[in-house]
Order: sequence, then structure tokens, then C-alpha cells
Amino acid sequence: MIDDWIGHYHRHRDSVVSRLPAAFKLGVALAMIVGTVLAPPTAVGWFAGMAMLLVFAVALGRLPLLFLLKRLAWLSPFILSVALVNALQPAARGSWLAVAMKSTICLLTIIVVSNTTPFSRILRVLKAAHVPGLLITTIALMHRYLFVLVEEAERMRRARASRTFKRQRRARWQALSTVVGQLFVRASERAERIYDAMCARGWK
Amino acid sequence: MRSGRDQRFRRQLKRRASTERLRERIIMHIPDGFIDGKTAATTAVLAAAGVGLALRQVRRRLAPRRVPLLGLAAAFLFAAQMVNFPVAGGTSGHLVGGVLVAALLGPSAAIVVLTTVLIVQCFLFADGGVLALGANIFNMAIVGTAGGYAIYRVMCRAMPGTRGQVAAVAFAGWCSTVLASICCAGQLAWSGTVAWPVAFTAMTSVHMAIGVGEGLISALVLLAIQRARPDLTSEVNGTEPSRPWGELVRYGLLAAVGVAVFVAPFACSWPDGLESVAAKLGFEHKTVQSAVSAPAAGYRVPGVHWAVGATALAGAAGAVIVFGLALLLARSLVREGEGDTHLTKP
Repeated sequence: MIDDWIGHYHRHRDSVVSRLPAAFKLGVALAMIVGTVLAPPTAVGWFAGMAMLLVFAVALGRLPLLFLLKRLAWLSPFILSVALVNALQPAARGSWLAVAMKSTICLLTIIVVSNTTPFSRILRVLKAAHVPGLLITTIALMHRYLFVLVEEAERMRRARASRTFKRQRRARWQALSTVVGQLFVRASERAERIYDAMCARGWK
Repeated sequence: MRSGRDQRFRRQLKRRASTERLRERIIMHIPDGFIDGKTAATTAVLAAAGVGLALRQVRRRLAPRRVPLLGLAAAFLFAAQMVNFPVAGGTSGHLVGGVLVAALLGPSAAIVVLTTVLIVQCFLFADGGVLALGANIFNMAIVGTAGGYAIYRVMCRAMPGTRGQVAAVAFAGWCSTVLASICCAGQLAWSGTVAWPVAFTAMTSVHMAIGVGEGLISALVLLAIQRARPDLTSEVNGTEPSRPWGELVRYGLLAAVGVAVFVAPFACSWPDGLESVAAKLGFEHKTVQSAVSAPAAGYRVPGVHWAVGATALAGAAGAVIVFGLALLLARSLVREGEGDTHLTKP
């Protein structure tokens, strides 16, 4: 439910792609992205090859097509706005097409990898790549409580919406900022409890 | 067993939620493909240096008790970005929150928190590119957050009390949004994706408008936290060091290097200086010409130069106006002497 509107495909289906080791997948994805970014705009063969590879990965990974299209539509405002800006300049139109192609390929690559690999596996790869431990702990905690806090925010938003009937913008802004402020208060209280729980389980 | 009507209602709710969220997405995250190899490498080095510095500071100063708070603050920021604030005409804005978190936790912790948010958004939600991650961290976590926090501190020192704090976070929120967007424009121009005059005028003018919302929301949220739990916003209890200036100078140096690389070559008067240096050294065609390459041919379009100057002027005027508005906002929101009594309580 909730991952639907956050936009992350959470129910992992077992497939050939999802069974591959995470380090391998991330390495291939990184190589694809670096290659695509560095490729000259005229290298149509490279782009076509990457696109074929992605189609292959989507088919093998059994990702629903509609979901992929939705994700792309969601993430494209930046691309569209730069297109709009570039449309004002006649000289830049040709290179724009290459940029749009590059970013779409890279975007699809990350979407495919992130939706066929559990996040904890990605974290393990980052740890093996010597990312500092404090950062890993923070990322892991954020990922764990992300959905909890988003749900909490949604509950508070619903409670607020069912109790306030004023149409004035000023009142709504005040009420919404109280919701956000209260969310921070609850998050920091939760952090205290988590610390106690971590200590109780022998952390550090 | 759920009835059909119940399910239909749920579907309706979900659809409404998703369209609301689509509308709200005005983001500064640069996707892959928009910046080239040299920009990605430079920003990655700068970002790694900044985050490394921040991690060292946090490890040294943060009490172990507050370590989970970093992760929770990052999750909070993500959840808070889902709350839509209605702006005119059916559009809405949301909090970015770098300066707010810096005001609550201190600059180094805020850099770690923002970096975490950007990493998770990149790898889990494909929001912002992998190669552009360094650029995004540099713009939002280092320039936006540390720069905004420096402004916040200066203003807080000039105006003590809750009223000063609220005005400071409002103005610093606006500044951080604009600073980050200028850096982003510089990187896009350095990569040759968008010509500098176009990138600068478009990015800065849009973010000068977005920044007003950011400042307003930051101020309102800080005040709400101050009223609910005054101990969370007081500096004594925070992870904030009593003298953050040493840290800020180091982040400032990093930001200055970035600005010198991305923005300065394009700012109006600078190319002449750079060109003359390059001519003296005898490689003018390599440096300046390659920096402003083919897609930047629009540079010659008449009036574009004028637009850059006008945007810079508007930015300066905007800063003065927003500063005044921030003071007025704090005056209207906070009663005289409010909050000061709380701070002395044990």
C-alpha cells in the first residue's frame, strides 16, 4: 500500500536477475552508467546496445511494465524542464536529444537494480567498499524507519484534515507546520527509545 | 472481508494521493547524463572531502546516545517532504530542510543527514543520478546546508531570543535554496548541457520563488518545535558545538573551491580576467573555449547577457526584501520575550 505511493516496488519477485549477487549487479550498473555518461552523443550504437540490455533485464527480472513507466514519468520533471529551457535556444536542440537519451538510460538502469535488489544487500556492498561505518548505520536506520515515519506523517495529516475545516491558507500552513514539527518531536523521542533498545541488545 | 465499496474508496484515496504527489515534485536533484565526466569527478572529490570532514566532526562530538537521531532525522526529512503546503493555483511546495536540520542538530550532523537522504533517494528511489550524486551532495548538503547555517548563526548572534532564531532560519532557508541552485546552474553550464546565461537565469529565478516557501516553512516548523519541546531547539542540548566557526571555515573553503570552479568562469566580468591569464600562459583556446563549448552557442544571443545581470540584481534585491520579510514574519509570529523563559528552565 504505502510503497505504492512512495513509488518503490517492494514485493520482490523471484527471478534470474534478483538472484544475481548484489555486488555484480551494482558493478554492471555502474559500468553501464559511466559508459553512457561518457559516450559521445553520436555513439548511437552504444545507446541502442544499452537499451537492448535494459529490455533484456526487465524481461528477465519480471518487472511490471506499467510500474516502470510510472516511475519514469514521476522522475522526469527535471529532464522536461531542462528541455523547456533548451528549447529557447536553437543551437542546443541537437545535443538535448542525446542528454535526454543518456539520462533515461541511466534512470532505467537504477530503477531496475533498485527494484531487483533488497536494500540491505546494497548496504552490504557499500560496507565492503569501505564507506564509513557511521554513514552506513545512519543509512540503515533511515531505511528502517523511513516507512514508519511516512506512515506516521500520513496518519497525522489525515487526523488534521478530518478536524480542520478552514479554507484559509494561513491557518492551513500553520496547522501543517505543526504536523511537521510534531513529526520531528516524535522522531527524536523514537530515537531515544531506539538507543535504549540498541544498548539492551549489546550495541557497541 | 472487505466490501467492494470499501475497496473502491481506498482506490480513490490512493489515486488522489498519487496525483497530489506528482504535482509537488519540483526538485533540484540532477539526474545522470546532465553533467559530464570532469564535473562528476570534481564534485565527487569535493563532496567526499566535505562528508569526510563532517563524519569526523560528528564522531568526535556526538554523544553515542544521539547516534540513532541522525538516522531518524534523515527519515523525518524524507517524511516531511511528503507533506504538501498549498501555494496559489493548485500547486504546492514542500520542505527541503537542510537549514532546519542544521539549526536543530548542528552543521556537521546536518551534512551527514542530508547526505544520507540523498544516498537513499538515489539508490532506493532512483531520484538523482549515481554519477551526479557527488554534485547533488555538494550543492544541497555542503553549499546549501553549511552556507545556510553560517548565515543562520550570524543572524542568531545579532538577534538573540526566539524571535531572532525564527527570522534567521527563514532568511537562511531562502539563501540556502538560492545558493544551491546557483551551484547547480554552474555545474550544468560547466558540463556544456545548458548555456550559463540560460541556466543561471532560469534556475535562480525559479529557486528565488521556491526559497520563499522553504524559508517560511522552516520558520513555522522551528517555531512549532520550539513551542512543543523547547529543549530540542536549545543549543545546550543539541549536538551543536558551542563554537562552530572552525568547522564552518573548512566547509566554506570547500564551497569556495566549488564556486571558483563552477560559477566564477561564467560570471560576467570574470572571463576577461581568466582569458588574459590564459593568454599569458598561452593556452587560451584550451581552457575558456572548451569550458563554453558548442551547446553554449546561445551565449551570443543579444539580451541574454542583460538577463544575467538583471537576474543577479534581482537576486540581490530579493535578498534584501526577503531579509525584511523574515524580520516581519518573526515579529508577527513570536510575542515579545516568548521562549526566553523556557530556555532557563532545567
